Amino acid sequence: MTMGLLLDFFLVILALAAGWWTIGAKDSFGAAVAFVAYGLVLALIWVRIAAPDVALTEAAIGAGLTGGMLIGASTRLESAKQATRAGGVTRRLAIALSALVAAALALAVLGLPHPPPSLAAAAMAALPPTGLGNPVTGVLLAYRAVDTLLEKVVLILALLGTWSLAPDRLWGGRPGRKERRNAASPLTLLGQVLPPIGIVIGLHILWVGANEPGGAFQGGTILAAMWMLAVMAGLVDVPAISRTWLRLLVVAGPGLFLIVGLAGFVVAGGFLAYPPGFAKPLILLVEVVLTLSVAAILLLLLAGPPEREPPR
Amino acid sequence: MMAPALPDMPTAGGFLLVLAIMLPIAGVLLQFMLGGRQAERIALLVMPAGLAVAVAVTAALMLSGRPLVYHLGNLAPPLGLALRADGFSALMLMTTALIVSAIGLFARADFATPTGTVEARAPFVFWTLLLALWGALAVVFLGQDLFTLYVGLELLTFGAVPLVSLDGRAETLTAALRYLLFALFGSALFLAGTVLFYGEYGTLDIALLATRTHPDTTSAIAVAMMTAGLLAKTALFPFHLWLPPAHAGAPAPASALLSSLVVKGPFFLVVRLWFGAMPGLTDLPAAQLLGALGAGAVLFGSVLALCQPRLKPLIAYSTVAQLGYLFLMFPLAGGVGLPASVRMAVWTGGAVQAVSHAFAKAAMFAGAGLIGQALGHDRISGLRGVGRALPVTTFAVAFAGLSLMGLPPSGGFMAKWLLVRASIATAQWWWAALVFAGGLLAGGYIFRIIAPALSAPEKPLPAIRTPARRREVVVLALALISVLLGVVPFGLTTLLAVGNPTIAHIVPR
Repeated sequence: MTMGLLLDFFLVILALAAGWWTIGAKDSFGAAVAFVAYGLVLALIWVRIAAPDVALTEAAIGAGLTGGMLIGASTRLESAKQATRAGGVTRRLAIALSALVAAALALAVLGLPHPPPSLAAAAMAALPPTGLGNPVTGVLLAYRAVDTLLEKVVLILALLGTWSLAPDRLWGGRPGRKERRNAASPLTLLGQVLPPIGIVIGLHILWVGANEPGGAFQGGTILAAMWMLAVMAGLVDVPAISRTWLRLLVVAGPGLFLIVGLAGFVVAGGFLAYPPGFAKPLILLVEVVLTLSVAAILLLLLAGPPEREPPR
Repeated sequence: MMAPALPDMPTAGGFLLVLAIMLPIAGVLLQFMLGGRQAERIALLVMPAGLAVAVAVTAALMLSGRPLVYHLGNLAPPLGLALRADGFSALMLMTTALIVSAIGLFARADFATPTGTVEARAPFVFWTLLLALWGALAVVFLGQDLFTLYVGLELLTFGAVPLVSLDGRAETLTAALRYLLFALFGSALFLAGTVLFYGEYGTLDIALLATRTHPDTTSAIAVAMMTAGLLAKTALFPFHLWLPPAHAGAPAPASALLSSLVVKGPFFLVVRLWFGAMPGLTDLPAAQLLGALGAGAVLFGSVLALCQPRLKPLIAYSTVAQLGYLFLMFPLAGGVGLPASVRMAVWTGGAVQAVSHAFAKAAMFAGAGLIGQALGHDRISGLRGVGRALPVTTFAVAFAGLSLMGLPPSGGFMAKWLLVRASIATAQWWWAALVFAGGLLAGGYIFRIIAPALSAPEKPLPAIRTPARRREVVVLALALISVLLGVVPFGLTTLLAVGNPTIAHIVPR
C-alpha cells in the first residue's frame, strides 16, 4: 500500500514534470519529444488505475502516433524557418485558461459521489450472449457499436482534410518525399528485422482483444508503425492516394461494419444487433478488417498530403 | 417544472432514424472508395433518398403525435444507445435535407470534375464532405447519448473545416486552422463535461439524465464546460472570432452550408443540454448570461456587418448577429410557473429563427457567389446596376434580407415577433428592446447591399458572366422558403410540441 502510494506520487511528479517540459521547451522539436514522454507517463498512470486498454491506446496513439506527427511537423517548420512563438499576451491567456479549466475539473472531480455509479456490472452481465471476455471490446463493438463505426468515419474525414491541403496538380500522387534506401544504415536493418515481429505482435493484440486488453485500434497502430518504419528505411514507398486498392482498404473496415449492422435488420431484428451464436465470429471479422483500415489510415495521416506528381 | 421524462420505448418506424444517419454515411464511404465523378453522382443520388427519409420522419411524428425512438442493437439505455426524434429534431432534419439538396444542385457548376481528369481535388472533397456534414447533423439531431453526440460533433468539425480552405489560398488556410483550433477546444470541453456526467450519474442518456440530474457543483461545472465548448463551436459572441474569415473565405456553396446549417448543430445541443439533460437550469441566472451573450452577438455582429466593405464578410458578420437571437430562448423559456403559452411562443420563435435564418443565409451566400462570379469581385461599392444584370438573384437576396431584418410576413418576422411577445409576457422588456435594435441594424446592413444593387449604374457594367438560370432559381427558392416560414408557424407549433413535455399538453391536435 505504501509502496503503491509512493509509486503513484512518483508518477504524478513525473507527469507534472513532463507537462512542464512540454510547455517550457525552447523549440518545437523539444516540446514534441517532451510530449511523447508525457504520453508514456500517462500510459503508466492508466496501468496503475487498472485501465490497461486505455494504457495501450494512450501509449500507441497519445505517445506514439501523435508524437510522430508532432515531430514530423516540427522538422518541417524548422526547415521552412517558419517556427514562431506565441506572443506574451497569448501565452498568459492560455495559462490563465488552462489553470481555470484545471481548477474547475479538480473541483468537479472532488465532488463526485463515492462509490461512483457505474455500468461496469451491467456491461459484464450483458457479455455472455456476445461470447466475448473483455467488457471493453463488448462496449466498443456491441453496446456502443455505432460510436465506434462513426469514429472510423471521423478518421476518414480527417484523412480527406489532410489530403485536401495538396496543390491541385499533385492530387492523386504519393504523399511525402521518396526515402533513400541505404544498405549500411541501421534504419534499413531495423526496417527489415522489426516488421515481421511487429506484425505478429499487432495481430496478437487484435486477437486477444476479444478476451484480454487489446483490440482493433491498438493492433492497427502497431501495424501502421511497422509500415512507417519500412517506409522510413526506404524499403517500401507510400502508395499514391488515387490507388483503388488503397481507397478500398481505407473504407473496408467501417464499410464492412456498416454492412454487418444493416444485415442485423434482417437476421437479428435490429441495426447493429448480432444474431445469437454468431456475435463473436462477426465481431472478430469486423475487428480484423477494422484493424487493417486503421493501419492504412494512420499511416496515411502520418505521411501527409500528396507531394509528388500523380502516376499517369 | 417539467414532467419527468421516462426513458422512451422503441417505436414503430424507429428504423427511419437509422436510415437518416446511415444513408449519408454510406454515401461518404462509397464516394471515398469510387472517387472522381462518382462522388458527385452518389451525392445526387443520396439527396432525394435522404429527403424522403426526412419527410417520412416528419410525417410519422405529425400522424402519431409521439416521438420516434430506436434502440441500437436492440439494447436499451443506459448500457445501449438510443436515437430519438422529437418535433425539433424532425424540423432540423427537414431543413438540413432541403438545404443540402438545394446547395448540391447549386454547386454542380462550381464543383464539376473537369473533362479529361479522372479525379480533381476540390470536387472530390466538396461532394464527399457535403454528405459527411449531412450525416453529422443527423447524428447531432437524433443522438440521445452524450458520447454519441460528441462523435457527431467531431464528424461535423472534420466535415466543415476542410471546406473553408478548399481554394487553397494562404489566408483561407489560416482561417481554417483558426476554426479548427476553436472547434477542437470546444470538443475537449464537451468531452470533459461528458465524463463528469458519467462519473456523477452513471449514464449519458439524455432522457435518463433528465430524471437523475440535480444542481450541485459537479453538475454545474460539467454543464458550464460543455456549454462553453458548444458556444465556441457555434460562434456565439465572444467566441465568434473564427467565423467571419472562415465563412467569408470559403467557396460560396461551402459558405452557405457552414453559415446556415453547421453552426446550428452545436446550438441544438445547447438546447438539448439545458432543456433536456438538466431541466431547471433555465431558472438560474446562468440563463440570463446566455441571453446577454446573445444580445452582445446581435449588437456587435450587426455593427460590424455595417462596416464591411465586401459582400461575403458582411453576410458572415450577419450570421454572428442572427445567432444571437437563438440564445434568447434560454432566459425566456425558463422560470418557475411560466404559462405554457409563453413557453410555446419561445420554442416556436427560437425554432423558426433557426430555420428561417438557415434558408435566408443559404440563399444570401449562394446569391453572393453568383454576384461575385458575374462581377469578378464582391465589393459593395461596385454593386451598382447588379439588379438589372441579375434580376432574379438580386430579388432573392432582397427577399432573404427581408427575413433577416424581420419584416412581415417573413419567417424572421414571425420568430422575432414571438420572442418579443414572450419577453413582454415575462416582463423582461430589455430583450424586446434588443430585438427592435437588432432589426434596425439588420435593416441598415441589408440596405447597404440592396440600395446600390437596385440603382442604375454610373457607367455601363463591364461584360458580365450571366449565371445559369437553374442556379438563380435555386437561390430564389431558398429565399422564398425563408419568407414563407412566416405564414406556417402554427403548423410548426404542432410539430414542435411532439415529444417536448413543456408544451405538448397545451397544443391542440
